[in-house]
Amino acid sequence: MADRESVSVAIVGSGGAGALTAGNLLLEAASLAGWQGLLSRTVGPQIRGGEAAALVRLSSHPVECLPDRFDVLVGIDWLNAQRFGAEIDVGPHSLVISDPRGGDLPPRVAAAGARVIELPMKEMAKEIEDGRPNMIALGVVGRLVGLGVDVLSALLEKRLSDKGAAAIAASRAGINIGFAAAADYGSGLRLAAPKPTGARRWLVSGNEAAALGAIRGGVRFAAAYPITPATEILEWLASNLAKVGGVLLQAEDELAAINMIIGASFGGTAALTATSGPGLSLMIEALGLATAAEIPLVLIDVMRGGPSTGIPTKSEQADLNIAVYGCHGDAPHLVLAPQSIGDCLFTTQWATYLAEALQLPAIVLSDQFIGQARAAIERPADVAFIGQRAKATDIAGAYKRYAIAANGVSPMAIPGTGGGQYTADGLSHTERGLPTSSEHDHNTQLDKRRNKLAQFNFGDHWATIEGKGDLAVITWGSLTGAAREAINRAGGIGVEASLFAIRLLSPVQPERFAAALKGKSRVLIIEQNHSAQFHHYLRAHYDLPREVRVLNRAGPLPIGASEIHRAIVEWR
Amino acid sequence: MIAAGSPKIAKVADLFAVAYQIEADAVERYELLAGQMETHNNPELTAVFRDLARAEAIHRDEICRLAGDIDVVARAQRVAKWSRGESPEAASLDDAHYLMTPWHALRLALAGEERALAFFKSVMETAKDPAVKKLAEEFVEEEAEHVNLVHRFLRKYPKPVDSWSSDMDSPVSQE
Amino acid sequence: MAVVDIPIARKPSDYRSDAKPIWCPGCGDYHVLMSFTRAFAELAVPPEDIVVVSGIGCSSRIPAYTNCYGFHGVHGRSLALAAGLKITRPELTVVVASGDGDGYSIGGNHFIHACRRNIDMTYVVMDNHIYGMTKGQPSPTTEPEFDTALSPGGTGLRPFHPLVIALASGANFIARCFSGEPNQTAAILVEAIRHPGFSFVEILSPCVTFRPDEKEWKNLVHDAPVAATNDPAKAARRIMTDDGFNIGVLYRGDRMPYRPTVAQGSLDLAELERDFEL
Repeated sequence: MADRESVSVAIVGSGGAGALTAGNLLLEAASLAGWQGLLSRTVGPQIRGGEAAALVRLSSHPVECLPDRFDVLVGIDWLNAQRFGAEIDVGPHSLVISDPRGGDLPPRVAAAGARVIELPMKEMAKEIEDGRPNMIALGVVGRLVGLGVDVLSALLEKRLSDKGAAAIAASRAGINIGFAAAADYGSGLRLAAPKPTGARRWLVSGNEAAALGAIRGGVRFAAAYPITPATEILEWLASNLAKVGGVLLQAEDELAAINMIIGASFGGTAALTATSGPGLSLMIEALGLATAAEIPLVLIDVMRGGPSTGIPTKSEQADLNIAVYGCHGDAPHLVLAPQSIGDCLFTTQWATYLAEALQLPAIVLSDQFIGQARAAIERPADVAFIGQRAKATDIAGAYKRYAIAANGVSPMAIPGTGGGQYTADGLSHTERGLPTSSEHDHNTQLDKRRNKLAQFNFGDHWATIEGKGDLAVITWGSLTGAAREAINRAGGIGVEASLFAIRLLSPVQPERFAAALKGKSRVLIIEQNHSAQFHHYLRAHYDLPREVRVLNRAGPLPIGASEIHRAIVEWR
Repeated sequence: MIAAGSPKIAKVADLFAVAYQIEADAVERYELLAGQMETHNNPELTAVFRDLARAEAIHRDEICRLAGDIDVVARAQRVAKWSRGESPEAASLDDAHYLMTPWHALRLALAGEERALAFFKSVMETAKDPAVKKLAEEFVEEEAEHVNLVHRFLRKYPKPVDSWSSDMDSPVSQE
Repeated sequence: MAVVDIPIARKPSDYRSDAKPIWCPGCGDYHVLMSFTRAFAELAVPPEDIVVVSGIGCSSRIPAYTNCYGFHGVHGRSLALAAGLKITRPELTVVVASGDGDGYSIGGNHFIHACRRNIDMTYVVMDNHIYGMTKGQPSPTTEPEFDTALSPGGTGLRPFHPLVIALASGANFIARCFSGEPNQTAAILVEAIRHPGFSFVEILSPCVTFRPDEKEWKNLVHDAPVAATNDPAKAARRIMTDDGFNIGVLYRGDRMPYRPTVAQGSLDLAELERDFEL
């Protein structure tokens, strides 16, 4: 039987079973062996001991989305697993490994027609001193996909070193037992050997990648208020900013956080904060201030289910409206969206560069899915985008902070620069920065702030455009991967479509958009929110061809490649 | 000497009411712990706590029966109040853990029975009314039997390994 | 003939809903929930006449675990929401539940003004010296040397003193309790709810998951060495001796609770136009 291009595995367990740890180790071992992969998870409402599922997809190619159905589903136990519903779907070709003492299979799984093998992992673990069933599960999966037991073993030394030699030995024994148990489960799930490209590879989450991107872009101050699912960005920055001479301050709330970064930026330091929807709502007033006073900042919004407190542990793309339109008054600013875990690095770095170049806020719309998922990816290429704001130095004569310039960008005097003293203000101001209510000054400055965006050449990074065909699949953010996979699959059966994933959501790029849609008579818009915000946004600002279809849905279930594929293929 | 904050027991009817409440509180507490274990996917402990609740319910009902005409339920609402600490057989909630083992649960139960035993002993020692003294003595004997029973059960369960509370997965942030 | 409402005797279970708490087994908040239901039963206020208002955090999950009306609002703003409710519905018993993050960090500003305003309500803060729900960041009451991912090596910051802030801002009843003494806590809650004006009760409630060191708290708490007082100056001096583990009522003030005088609005709406008539 031919080896497979990709294999997907779900590991389910509760009450301390360690399903998530098994998933993490699987991804890491596979990536050490040369494969690429993606790990996400889904959990119950408990803080500890809840039902949990690690969702892993491995391949010799880049993996950017999860499958609709898993090839392998391992149930260490099934307690409350029916909660996961379609997130852990299997089909008639799937293999289910089930602990017979772990409760009943969830109804969907039982009805799927998959092959079910019973393996008493909990009992087998008891044979080992301090044995854990998740290690047995890991050994089973390792054998199935063709991972060497030595790779798994070596990893244990590294990852469990803080638990002591006994724990490592016990885990190793568990993996060996699982490996042996799977000997006659068949070889139909073996992964094709990874294609070594010599490229360096990383194991990283979107949140971590975004944090690194910010530092690379020049951020040296961050203000932090914890919120799910953004806290990891801030926790990573807490220790790593210090290593490069930067500082993170924990704020008392989001209002303080955004104002802190405005203060740092006013003082000359590129600054960032990260939050989610509820925090962004709080930060909106100050966002307007930074826009009006022309102060650069980066604000990462790791979107989650909304509205209000919503579903904090799930992904949606429903903050587009507030990101673009949230400010009172006319306050145009940057809104960008990374398209994958690796792209979190690029987009955040680019956003930092743009914010500094254009002296205004840049909102980066990440989401819970790419923020918290981990991927084994090729090391992203270095890019030269480093924030460099135009500074006023050697000031002669009266300094005009907001002087009208051809490209709309006026050099910024950093406190400490002789002759450059000015008062930054949210009030409508003159070129010198003094408050005014004059029609001339108000409109001149509004024009200036609009022009600086309109005249900037954002280049090709504004969107990812791939493929041909008269159907353009337009999407953004974390759905890019699923859309790409759907298009590739459709191409495989002769149905052509092109991918159009927008990275720079605001300011709009009408000429580039029109050029990209040349020759396309149909567009299929894909987005993860209830009211089709992206569709309405595109309609408001761009010309669309007459035939438009929209595939939109709120969370918590991500829109998958199969759904998009169906929408493409059914539209002929 | 009776611990500060314990109910004052002047008459036999009061002692019945307090004894009833002690068992009733124990039932409720074990049911609560069973519910916690169920929510946190520990079916073994769910069953253990349900069993303990059932056992206490038997004791509770027995006291009701022994009390005869006395309305222990109504009287307990007035009389069986602890202003400090809790009623002695209520298992300590703070010692619960989602990964706890039957051994831990039985240790909780043992501590509860020992506290109850100590309570009735102090009632017996300080009672002025001979009828109260006599009844308290009966409760002391009863609780002493419970203590022994729990010890016997404990001997069947191995002490948990040092890593009993180790969970390889990190906590999950829900908001 | 006037009908007198004789309150029916209540059991704590009357105030408990079926919802299963997501709190980790061993969490102090289970005891706090018990204290709430015991206090409500003692007060014998019907469950439908009580509203429990909360923000965001583990402690703030408590309303749905009671059988009263509840509002699980946004982070840090429960006091403001409760003020609007109580002013317009003064006959309701309003209890506000929060944690040290929700209440003293993002809610800090509202805390000061709620004490100052002195509307009749009871504010209960379950303090576990950590942000539990978001996995262990320091809160304003976290010890300066406590190491976390967000503040490696500790914050180095002096912790917030909520009782001091409450006293300075005008709270009318101030107490500290320990979750491990649910009956004592229930009795203090009863007093706090009965006491007119803004009552503040801080309940030390250990976090079994992120602060296992707080198991020690049961050995550190002790009855406050001095009696409660109604003299703010005395209370301020008492606070100087507070080691953070004094349990009991600190202060019972005599401020009149804030109740805007609402005239019986019987004015004909047409009268309102008078101002504009030529």
